[in-house]
Amino acid sequence: MHRIDCPWCGTRDEAEFQYQGDATATRPAPDAAEADFFDYVYSRDNPKGWHIEWWHHVGGCRQWVKVVRNTMTHEIHATGGPQSKLSVPKPSGSRLR
Amino acid sequence: MWRDPQPKAEYDVVIIGGGGHGLATAYYLAKEHGITNVAVIEKGWIGGGNVGRNTTIFRSNYMFPANTHFYEKGMKLWEGLERDFNFNAMISQRGVINLFHSDPQRDAFARRGNAMRLAGVDAEFVSPAQLKEMVPILDFDNARFPIQGGLMQRRGGTIRHDAVAWGYARGADSRGVDILQNCEVKDILIEGGAAVGVETSKGTIRAKKVAMAVAGHTTQVAKMAGINLPVESHVLQAFVSEGIKPLIDTVVTFGAGHFYISQSDKGGLVFGGDLDGYNSYAQRGNLPMMEHVMAGGMAIMPAIGRVRLLRHWGGIMDMSFDGSPFICKTGVEKLYLNGGWCYGGFKATPASGWCYAHTIAKDEPHELNEKFTIDRFRQGRMIDEKGVGPNPWIQ
Amino acid sequence: MTNSHRMSTGGVRIDRNKTVMFRFDGKTYQGFHGDTLASALLANGVKLMGRSFKYHRPRGCLTAGSEEPNAIVELRTGARREPNTRATIAELYDGLEAHSQNRYPSLKFDIQSVNQLLSPFLTAGFYYKTFMWPASFWEPVYEKIIRKSAGLGRAAVESDPDSYEHSHTHCDVLVVGAGPAGLAAALSAGRTGARVLLVEEQAEPGGMVSPLLDVIDDLPAADWVEQSLANLEAMENVTVRLRTTLFGYYDHNVLAALERVSDHLSEPEDDQPRQRMWTIRAKQVVLACGSHERMMAFDNNDKPGVMLAGAVRLFVERYGVAPGKRVVICTNNDDAYKTAASLKQAGVEVTAIVDARGELSPAAARAREQGLRVDSGFVPCKAIGHQQVSSVSIQRRDGSGREVLACDCLAISGGYSPDVHLVSQTGVAPIWRDDILGFVPDMPIRQERSSGACMGTFDLAGCLTEGHAAGRDAAKKAGVKVGRATKAPSAPTEELAAPVAVWRCPGNGKAFVDFQNDVTAKDIQLAHQEGFVSVEHVKRYTTLGMATDQGKTSNVTGIALLAEARGEPIPDVGTTRFRPPYSPVAIGAFAGHERGKEFQPVRRTAMHECGEKLGAVFVEAGQWLRPQYYPKSGEGVMESIYREARQVRETAGICDVSTLGKIEIFGPDSGEFLNRLYINGWKMLAPGKARYGLMLREDGYVMDDGTTSRLADDHYFMTTTTANAARVLAHMDHAAQVLWPDLDVHFCSATEQWCGVAVAGPNARKILAAAFGSALDMSDENLPFMGVRSFDWNGARARIFRISFSGELAFEVNVPWTYGEAMWDAIWEAGRDHGLIPYGTEALSVLRIEKGHVAGNELDGRTTAADMGLGKMMSSKKPFIGQKLAGREGMIDDQRATLVGVKLKSGAQRLRGGAHLVADQNNANAETSLGWVTSVCDSPAVGCWIGLAYVRGGLAEHMGNTLFAENPIYAESPEVEICSPHFFDPKGERING
Repeated sequence: MHRIDCPWCGTRDEAEFQYQGDATATRPAPDAAEADFFDYVYSRDNPKGWHIEWWHHVGGCRQWVKVVRNTMTHEIHATGGPQSKLSVPKPSGSRLR
Repeated sequence: MWRDPQPKAEYDVVIIGGGGHGLATAYYLAKEHGITNVAVIEKGWIGGGNVGRNTTIFRSNYMFPANTHFYEKGMKLWEGLERDFNFNAMISQRGVINLFHSDPQRDAFARRGNAMRLAGVDAEFVSPAQLKEMVPILDFDNARFPIQGGLMQRRGGTIRHDAVAWGYARGADSRGVDILQNCEVKDILIEGGAAVGVETSKGTIRAKKVAMAVAGHTTQVAKMAGINLPVESHVLQAFVSEGIKPLIDTVVTFGAGHFYISQSDKGGLVFGGDLDGYNSYAQRGNLPMMEHVMAGGMAIMPAIGRVRLLRHWGGIMDMSFDGSPFICKTGVEKLYLNGGWCYGGFKATPASGWCYAHTIAKDEPHELNEKFTIDRFRQGRMIDEKGVGPNPWIQ
Repeated sequence: MTNSHRMSTGGVRIDRNKTVMFRFDGKTYQGFHGDTLASALLANGVKLMGRSFKYHRPRGCLTAGSEEPNAIVELRTGARREPNTRATIAELYDGLEAHSQNRYPSLKFDIQSVNQLLSPFLTAGFYYKTFMWPASFWEPVYEKIIRKSAGLGRAAVESDPDSYEHSHTHCDVLVVGAGPAGLAAALSAGRTGARVLLVEEQAEPGGMVSPLLDVIDDLPAADWVEQSLANLEAMENVTVRLRTTLFGYYDHNVLAALERVSDHLSEPEDDQPRQRMWTIRAKQVVLACGSHERMMAFDNNDKPGVMLAGAVRLFVERYGVAPGKRVVICTNNDDAYKTAASLKQAGVEVTAIVDARGELSPAAARAREQGLRVDSGFVPCKAIGHQQVSSVSIQRRDGSGREVLACDCLAISGGYSPDVHLVSQTGVAPIWRDDILGFVPDMPIRQERSSGACMGTFDLAGCLTEGHAAGRDAAKKAGVKVGRATKAPSAPTEELAAPVAVWRCPGNGKAFVDFQNDVTAKDIQLAHQEGFVSVEHVKRYTTLGMATDQGKTSNVTGIALLAEARGEPIPDVGTTRFRPPYSPVAIGAFAGHERGKEFQPVRRTAMHECGEKLGAVFVEAGQWLRPQYYPKSGEGVMESIYREARQVRETAGICDVSTLGKIEIFGPDSGEFLNRLYINGWKMLAPGKARYGLMLREDGYVMDDGTTSRLADDHYFMTTTTANAARVLAHMDHAAQVLWPDLDVHFCSATEQWCGVAVAGPNARKILAAAFGSALDMSDENLPFMGVRSFDWNGARARIFRISFSGELAFEVNVPWTYGEAMWDAIWEAGRDHGLIPYGTEALSVLRIEKGHVAGNELDGRTTAADMGLGKMMSSKKPFIGQKLAGREGMIDDQRATLVGVKLKSGAQRLRGGAHLVADQNNANAETSLGWVTSVCDSPAVGCWIGLAYVRGGLAEHMGNTLFAENPIYAESPEVEICSPHFFDPKGERING
């Protein structure tokens, strides 16, 4: 079971959170082209490895928590608030499989 | 069962992925189109992906014509498969029942059932009285969400999943298809905007056509050709109990929770629920979903409480953004895509192979799969059976 | 036969002062408190305990633990019947009743054992080949036979009467297994002050130590174990849980264990669960789960009486039971000599020790010195006997020196496989060690370490040292200051000679590898011959390791035999992956309390009892219960609904609408925020006014609708549909936190802070005026249509909204949740003279269908605003979520199905939701389907059945046309007329009363 370090509440079980997908997709400006919105909604990198994603702490503080998590190992590298600038660790990081 | 050949330098068609869909595609390429100079390239051992980790159910109870016709083609192929293979795959048309628990749900199921009937597919409503006969262990007295009835497809059922992979493999192999196991595709070779082969752990293999069928890893393989897809990979758990004497004679799905169940030929209760709900390539799930699924089971069948869970595992689902698959050409000439099966992949195996073989052989889709394109999202023509929108983790 | 095999002394687990009566297959036996079912049966000379899955061969117990493949029974009866219960871990209680399973008519005479005669056809993959011809026979004939013979025991068919608990815990160090390594680890970790949890599957600690023969810290091992347990229990920072099986090692060092709280009792005591599932969050883990002994593959090695040597010793030492009176031991390693010593000490005859190794090991030499017969270089080749073993044929490995030895118990040790099940769940790959002939775990991936036998350390002194070190290491890595080094428990050093590989002994008969699934050595060779090379393929084709024991005693032998067939070393063959759970876990334990009515919480509104008092029939709306209709005596459902709907339009009705989602929105940018969420504009809405709003998902489809009011310049109040309340709130959290953190807006859910009623009908104003009196000016001037007012009512803050879902003069009143009942009563009282009736969700639906208002059935997640006839609401003057993608070609296609009304033409009985609309009854198919009916009702206002529907081309193409509502599911196809969805009062005049 994932244990997620909410910046506001501390480490909590995954059951308190609602997963909300890829956090690297950025909403285009309102006057951007339809194609930009298309990419925002539908294009996903879907990496096998580190993924920056949203977990909504619905069973806690209701903050959208940004999480850097490995999709192969489920290891969590970092968490932060909605506006935090998180990045994936450099290669050679984890032995987790 | 099948040969262990050395790769040739060139094939007419190279299929990436020796799962159910890849093997079925090779089989139908050979059988229906006479194209036998084909290689199926598998990173591990054939049938080791989702064809070997599903809950073995087949059905064609879909609502939208694009899906209904396609899965019904699959149903017909399933029905003739064993004779076709001369191999017992233990097909068992024991019926699939979707329980409903409210009036709006009944109406939604009626809409789907009527859509099936209009498409020539069998569907019927079963009453609580009939359900008591068919599935006596259902809880009608103490259910939190009382069972109002069910939408049943009698022709749906279960089949021995490994036998499907092996049957297709044997059939393809005997027609001359090379099955190359433990051979990993490292890159797709593209020259002048067209696919011309693959780079593998066993060297370069050239091909007139290259076809992807790599459920779970469609994103990674498509990226080799520079294609970005509306797909996310998610883990779906499956569960099997210890073998017990016959208890459940059909496939039942719970309409007010995430739980479906059937009983295998060996007596195990085979059941599942919903995605764990986060991107994952790990073939394992976690406790919250397990507890949730089994609570769903106890909600409708409290007699199974003392039956023991024997094993649980996870499979990687390519979740498309509308819950429907891709069988189509790509932006690269002579490169074909089969993927995005969500958790509908196993039941689709024969129809997918059949349609994909047609698409590859003719270089254009069959009418059964012409709507399963990548472009449908750009065009706003999604095929969204659930109506939950572009959130793959709840598709 | 009573207790014929119980020795006069010995048995550290049994209490000879407490006799226990039990029944097996209808016959009564006597055992002792502390026995397992298996030990008690053996004590009574009962060796035959079950039948195998495929061949129905007679079987006795092979092991003394949870890895048991053979002795599985139906325990208990009726609703508590548990199939496939391992007799080797089922603790005896008075009145225990068990039945053998998978046999007919009796265990001793089983008709299906003729399957053995068919065995040439029942080899590996038999399903796929045998039952093939003629193919047309499969489903009607063969499948029924296979299905009937499937499975093992019978599950109960009644609801499980017992309860299951879920408990949660945290610890610094979790120690799994209370054998010598685990005890040493728990002691050393406990002494550092770390929070330690020690879990042990068995009812007592000690693992495989020999209580009397082994010596630890100069004490007999039994005493040391007892003392250690006492020491651990005396430490406040240490918790010991016996009868607790750690079964799953999940992500982030979260582990799951099952505690069998009352399985050793005849039934749980009051308020006691049957079992308790523990979710354990451990900083560090010490795995000390021991090892599993293996069988050798020789002919008829499954005869009752053939057992693993370690199990024989455990039966003697733990339970004072001699599994036989004349025992032959066959081994390839030194451990079996411990069994020999134990038997000898207990006074049981050890006929011979058959040791596959050519050279005499020190242990073998000692045995010989003590007068035991040791046959070096010999292996068993065939067990002989009818329903149980009576002799064994042995020979040298080269085939010479064949000899038959009489025995009634054959104790076999084919070596020990470290138990790598749990560590393998973490993704650690097992690596092969030729010196111990077993797989051990590779480097840890998670915060764990293995110690003792599960790490391949089989000598007692080594286990103690390793366990001690592991406990300290774990505490240290968990962040505990461990202090000065402490001394590990000590044991005399033993010199263990290496085992020799014995996989398939010479012979051509049935040599079983996987006992429960009847997989023989030949099956594995056959699978290989048929081209199944990968270990995963062989597993699936032969079903090796797929039985209820998950191959704990058979996997390594199977892999070794496959390696032989492939002519490759074992490491090249690899292993299959162990899957959780470690041993099977009751489904009820996973579900815990969430079953029956408690499957999900029930949400009741503040006015629930008001509805109850008035005779409401309630319906589930998600987790909510809502009054569906209020039948008068003698009234049917349809009549009640019809009456309620009619009377609202004639006089007035009151309806509980508390379940609507309610969100309070504050801040100077609230209007701008709503502008971006909704397709229509909000900034110009005057304070004190309400407006209907529609919001889209980012992909352009409708997400939800509702009425939102402006209460002050910087304060809005949003309502959502009942079904989408949580989703809309999450959507808003995203918008505020992620998309536009710059907007100064704050909001929170108030669904359960405000309860609400709708009062609708011509008399609504009069009734509310009477109810609220001077607290509120109900005049049209003060409260015009879409007007909103706050007022004080009996000291509470109340809000009234003049909005109408029914098309009548109508109001919604909100008061704080706790005032709900009082408000309802006040309005009800005031309504007495004005014909006020309660109405439920059904009448509510009738009223809104008559007005053409959409609800859940029309918002199915694939609907655009234009589909609903609300395309013009989409503002072009401001951006909003979903705006861009709603413009994709497929979403503005004029062939989309759009909202229409349908009226049932006379002659037909009724209309139903889910019917498809077609133009030609004789040409109805998926392609000619024009759309579908979403909601229907028998309308008192229109005087016939009406409905809402989506139809391709909509009113523009079909207004006034006759179509067929094709409903093959109900075998109906009534004619309907397509009309405007605004059936009743299309000009909207009645909202003014």
